Amino acid sequence: MPDASADLSNIRERLGSKVLEILQPQGDEVLILERAGLRESFRLLKEDKQLDYDFLSDITAVDYWRKKETRFEVVYQILSRGRRRRLRVRVPVPENDPSVESLTPLWRGANFLEREIWDLFGIRFIDHPDLRRILLYEEFEGFPLRKDYPVNLVQPRVPERAVEGTFVDEASHNKLLRLKKTLGTKI
Amino acid sequence: MEAETKELPVDTMELQMGPSHPATHGTIKFNLKLEGEKVLNCDVEVGYLHRGFAKSCEQVTWTQVIPYTDRLNYASSLINNVGYALAVEKLIGAETPPRCQYIRVIISELARIFDHLTCCGMAASELGAITVGFYMIEARELIMQIIENLTGARLTVTYVRLGGVKHDLPQDFAERVTQSFKIIRKLLDDCDRLLSRNRIFLDRMSNVGVISQETALSYCLTGPILRATGVSYDVRKAFPYLVYDQMDFEVPLGTKGDNYDRFVCRISELDQSMRIVEQALTQLPVGPVWIDDPRFVLPEKEKVYGSIEGLMHHFKIIMEGVKVPPGETYLAVEGGNGELGFYIVSDGAGRPYRVRVRPPCFIAMGAFHEMIRGYMVADIVPTFGMVNMIGGECDR
Repeated sequence: MPDASADLSNIRERLGSKVLEILQPQGDEVLILERAGLRESFRLLKEDKQLDYDFLSDITAVDYWRKKETRFEVVYQILSRGRRRRLRVRVPVPENDPSVESLTPLWRGANFLEREIWDLFGIRFIDHPDLRRILLYEEFEGFPLRKDYPVNLVQPRVPERAVEGTFVDEASHNKLLRLKKTLGTKI
Repeated sequence: MEAETKELPVDTMELQMGPSHPATHGTIKFNLKLEGEKVLNCDVEVGYLHRGFAKSCEQVTWTQVIPYTDRLNYASSLINNVGYALAVEKLIGAETPPRCQYIRVIISELARIFDHLTCCGMAASELGAITVGFYMIEARELIMQIIENLTGARLTVTYVRLGGVKHDLPQDFAERVTQSFKIIRKLLDDCDRLLSRNRIFLDRMSNVGVISQETALSYCLTGPILRATGVSYDVRKAFPYLVYDQMDFEVPLGTKGDNYDRFVCRISELDQSMRIVEQALTQLPVGPVWIDDPRFVLPEKEKVYGSIEGLMHHFKIIMEGVKVPPGETYLAVEGGNGELGFYIVSDGAGRPYRVRVRPPCFIAMGAFHEMIRGYMVADIVPTFGMVNMIGGECDR
């Protein structure tokens, strides 16, 4: 890309073939990175004195089901506090092997964020210390933010009790109910 | 006679605190590992209020997402509105008129005052300083009345629209704000006198829940928790949006990163927020509050009822939704608890393809075990209070 900023071309130089594409939509800086050796790429972005992207802002994922060739994309928002720059890193993840290297060794805050992505998208994070569901419960089946998960599917945690007629609590201390019982239908 | 004191044998005990505990406002569960009363480890279980915010957003039009954002951090729903609208406008490439931007700054700061008052008031009353709690609720009520006068609702306001705000400020807005701020400042002075030399409050708050600068940065913390450790990161200063670069305000910083610093940071931010509102009100330019772009703005009611073009225009926007060009963007604003980011993806249709919120308090709960490790069970209450976890935002 001819008009890539000096920063982005610097990154491309350092990371070489790891960089698949460089985009600059709406004034943002976007890097599309290869999945292999992702942690090392991030380590360079974080620890290099010139780049200095030392703060992880957010990790999320997008499911491009039937829209893109590689179905998932994990999206990282990192920023350099010193240089006041944001960088967005997108990593395509194929459907047949939805896994990415975990960033918890670099930023411990990645723990919760990656657990959330595992929970809602079913993307595994390799070397994650504690990959459990976080917002949903362990018994939940499927990954709700995938586009092929139906929005109206109900998975009650406790099976619902069948309701027959109006529910009457016989053991209740309800005064009115007791009065009705003793007086019959008079009230 | 010297009795030999023997170490009592201590077994580690596992205790489940929550999900509905009277001292933790919000449904959350702490799986604690205790040695006596000392917390060895704490596993935080969140998600009890998960409603599928992101999935719901994919089902409705871009405009219909705004009421959902109200229900994220309901203590500062105006900031959520503003953040979402700014993100969508960034993707569209639209810039709102100056008056609208100033109004958005004013309402963001009012919401921040509201958020901090809720957090500090509740945290203080949980430590027994219930008078402070009542004073702050009184101050909050004044803000709430301003918001109610402006938007017609108290909590779930839905005031901001894509490309503008719903309507202009009411006539008596500035006067109301000046009067309320006078009372709020007096109330805050009272709170200061009640707390700042209060032995019980200081003992419970200072040197409790300490987190170091490195740990805070490693855990991606933002907002008052990060600033209490001395890191000056405020989205309003670092990446100015709206007209924050024209406002004169400071970012209060702490030194130790304990609960007391967090409390002081929030209280000092109240002052700064009030300053910003006053500046914005004096600088407030005259002009429209909507962008002049029929693709995103509903026509006036006279046109809708008086002409077929107006009716069709209205119908198209309501039924099909605003068409946002395909692409993806991320925009962060400074919420009450830290960086509140919106990552949105559009495929060109009238509905969002993906809406992701970066929830500051969810990320803060990810570092909670670091804050509480080594302290007492009772310290969970002030520490959790100062994190200000809001279920709607944390669990979405």
